Amino acid sequence: MAEVKTPSAPASSRRPLSPHLDIYRPMLTMMMSIAHRITGTALYVGTLLLVWWLVAAATDAKSFSVISTFLASIIGRVILFGFTWALFHHLMGGLRHFIWDTGRGMDHPEREYLAQATLGGGIILTILVWVIAYAVR
Amino acid sequence: MTMVELLLPKNSRPTEGKVWPKPAGANNLREFRIYRWDPDDESNPRIDTYFVDMDDCGPMVLDATLWIKNNIDPTLTFRRSCREGICGSCAMNIDGTNTLACTKALDEVKGVVKIYPLPHMPVVKDLVPDLTQFYAQHASIEPWLKTDTPQPEAEWKQSPEDRSKLDGLYECILCACCSTSCPSYWWNGDRYLGPAALLQAYRWLIDSRDEATGERLDNLEDPFRLYRCHTIMNCAKACPKGLNPAKAIAEIKNMMITRQL
Repeated sequence: MAEVKTPSAPASSRRPLSPHLDIYRPMLTMMMSIAHRITGTALYVGTLLLVWWLVAAATDAKSFSVISTFLASIIGRVILFGFTWALFHHLMGGLRHFIWDTGRGMDHPEREYLAQATLGGGIILTILVWVIAYAVR
Repeated sequence: MTMVELLLPKNSRPTEGKVWPKPAGANNLREFRIYRWDPDDESNPRIDTYFVDMDDCGPMVLDATLWIKNNIDPTLTFRRSCREGICGSCAMNIDGTNTLACTKALDEVKGVVKIYPLPHMPVVKDLVPDLTQFYAQHASIEPWLKTDTPQPEAEWKQSPEDRSKLDGLYECILCACCSTSCPSYWWNGDRYLGPAALLQAYRWLIDSRDEATGERLDNLEDPFRLYRCHTIMNCAKACPKGLNPAKAIAEIKNMMITRQL
């Protein structure tokens, strides 16, 4: 089969590149794609935090109290809340992509509903987990 | 991995351009802000402002660009031909999305009408992008019937059911609205084939008469050519013919899996 063959560049190297990201209208599915990437990256950081917590728990009481104090602080809770949201948003996004991978839900308006469900589902599950966490504390 | 370049190169950043005089005696003016770049000029692209007399202009964006060309600035350059959404020449970025100027109604746009060339493409002049690479990618999927069996005496036969599988695919006019709306194509357009070429690839993959399915799939089995599609969906939203390249790409990915089973 064919390779992509293009004629060698003529005296066109001065040609400007047309504007792209900053002129394109932000649309929900595109924004969800970007958010999926950002939350995916955030999960690396969150996982490191989780590893720190587990390693501290396995080390000794002093190490564990350091991370416990940090995570119980306001900043710690904000980070944990963000981690929870990133986890659920990314999980919902994964489910949305799983559905799309089967070729279903890709037409209008189903694709918009799925994008809205990703956003809404991630927020609802995050709040639910935190309500439960505070209730059973 | 190539670095994603979010910013335009220095020579490509548009500057504030000329504000052209308002037409005399008009009392129903509409403001247009249009991307301009002249290859005979050393300067950066610029955004010119025009005012169109809407009482003297047709309903579509193409009518307005032609009105500007005829009445204000004959140097404004863009491609157009059929003015009815079948040739695909007047594809451009209007009001933030890619579409055909001839089928985009001015009353669908709120406020100032902003017009740019198709995104992330080398600009030949004003609203005319260089589509060489885009056409080469289409050629690379070998968009014609490939068979091993001897030519039948009459036509290659196809049942109505098999023929209906081509609906939603054969209508593509290769305007490039979809491919140039796709962030994956922006960042990896040199190696990712893009939605338009892949929709055409699928059109031949599911054609019951075509006998090169395996060969066609082999050609696409590549981390970039096919798999740079991340289902962002800009393509399906941009297509002025209402086609769904994202879905065609998902079907190709599924064919890749099915043939392994």
